[in-house]
Amino acid sequence: MKKCVITVVGKDTVGIIAKVCTYLAETGINILDISQTIIDGYFNMVTIVDVSGATKEFREYSDELEAAGKEIGVIIHCQREEIFEKMHRL
Amino acid sequence: MISVYEVKETNKMIEHENLDVRTITLGISLMDCIDSDLFKLNENIYHKIVSLAGNLVKTGQEIEHEFGIPIVNKRISVTPIALVGSAACKTSDDYVEIAKTLDKAAKDVGVNFIGGYSALVSKAMTVGDERLIRSVPKALAYTDRVCSSINVGSTRTGINMDAVRLCGEIVKETAVATKERDSLGCAKLVVFCNAPDDNPFMAGAFLGVTEGDAVINVGVSGPGVVKNAIRQVRGEDFEKLCETIKKTAFKITRVGQLVAGEASKRMGIPFGIIDLSLAPTPAVGDSVAEILEEIGLERVGAPGTTAALAMLNDQVKKGGVMASSYVGGLSGAFIPVSEDQGMIDAVRLGALNLEKLEAMTCVCSVGLDMIAIPGKTSAAAISGIIADEMAIGMVNQKTTAVRLIPVIGKDVGETAQFGGLLGYAPIIPVNGYDCSAFINRQGRIPAPIHSFKN
Repeated sequence: MKKCVITVVGKDTVGIIAKVCTYLAETGINILDISQTIIDGYFNMVTIVDVSGATKEFREYSDELEAAGKEIGVIIHCQREEIFEKMHRL
Repeated sequence: MISVYEVKETNKMIEHENLDVRTITLGISLMDCIDSDLFKLNENIYHKIVSLAGNLVKTGQEIEHEFGIPIVNKRISVTPIALVGSAACKTSDDYVEIAKTLDKAAKDVGVNFIGGYSALVSKAMTVGDERLIRSVPKALAYTDRVCSSINVGSTRTGINMDAVRLCGEIVKETAVATKERDSLGCAKLVVFCNAPDDNPFMAGAFLGVTEGDAVINVGVSGPGVVKNAIRQVRGEDFEKLCETIKKTAFKITRVGQLVAGEASKRMGIPFGIIDLSLAPTPAVGDSVAEILEEIGLERVGAPGTTAALAMLNDQVKKGGVMASSYVGGLSGAFIPVSEDQGMIDAVRLGALNLEKLEAMTCVCSVGLDMIAIPGKTSAAAISGIIADEMAIGMVNQKTTAVRLIPVIGKDVGETAQFGGLLGYAPIIPVNGYDCSAFINRQGRIPAPIHSFKN
């Protein structure tokens, strides 16, 4: 399994999760875990996904996610999971 | 599975505390480029660098993008040019031609610095070594990205005082040759004692003769992360403080290890070492001085500074060592003046002077770094400062270095501007008493004894 972490931060609005999840479904990316909170009107989401079935390359879907975020005024970052794994696990 | 808290912690370090991988440095051996014909030699050097490092910048950018961690610099270090060029270079100007080739290769592959315009003369100089050293002012004035280093001493050989005397003159000449840019050339010239072969950090990087054909060395950083971590343990005891620094250093280094492994795999070049360093930049919050102040000093330079720095340096190493499979380079806390806002402020306020900086170099990772001194300082005085710093390295079996910038046309109270990562520096006073009779003695200082320690 090849995992990525997607973080979404920005001003809350209707349909952020829908937008992200629709894109992931269309790209063959499976969601493993979602955590989402709203603090002072700010939307904050961390999603762990399995990208081993993705129909696109990393650069493509990470760029497209970022662009999709811009459309609704949120910042979306996609990072490979290893950076977190390495830092926090022995 | 990774928790949300952990994701947030890592991203907070990257976004708000300036966590980055400071450099991926590709070491390239130029031994097989040697030729007695200067034209052929230059051609060989250019082709070897371009063919091996062609995708270095692109690979670095891909890794940055996929892991979301900035890799600030992509750089190259090469075999000391004094060795590579000695068969072909009949004059100092011939060496300058090699410098231009290195500069062109660096620009064509898109790296911001190339190190290795170097000579290793800790015991004596060959004719080639001396020609290279004498060519340094011109080489640094005519190029933009070439960095030069000269190793003039070691614990095993003592200090080559003839080279120290020459280096004082060369630093001064380099300052004059680049005077219209606040003597910027000197920011790319380091004089070492006990120089390591695998240092990824400029300006002192070169690929030692004991290394393989090509190697990836990575330098990590993260003063901001350490500072924020120890802010959480204000007022706690030393055990807690040290534990916090170690844990943070571990996390920072693991990121470096990940990046090094990926870069090595993607480029098909072996991984060498991680340099566990706290390397500051002029950005606010990315400062080693601020860590020392967070530990409990009103300003860097206050009594207690050396002890706090010694503790910090040691904990960074202890935390980082376990996080990496191979550690090397200069590992520790860098204390450059111009590249660290906290150090700049301390010098401005008069809290920090050259003598205290020298004391700090006994326990920091390298030495007197990026210190602007008055342009009128004599070559003998510069040699004297170099000799002092080399002696600290030689006796304490540590790497020490000097990167002084005598800013031509400026004096104490004025500021030198270097720009970018090199920052700016208030000019610091130098003790005005003369040492030329000492510096003018010929020969070398013998290696120190390793018994009768006290």
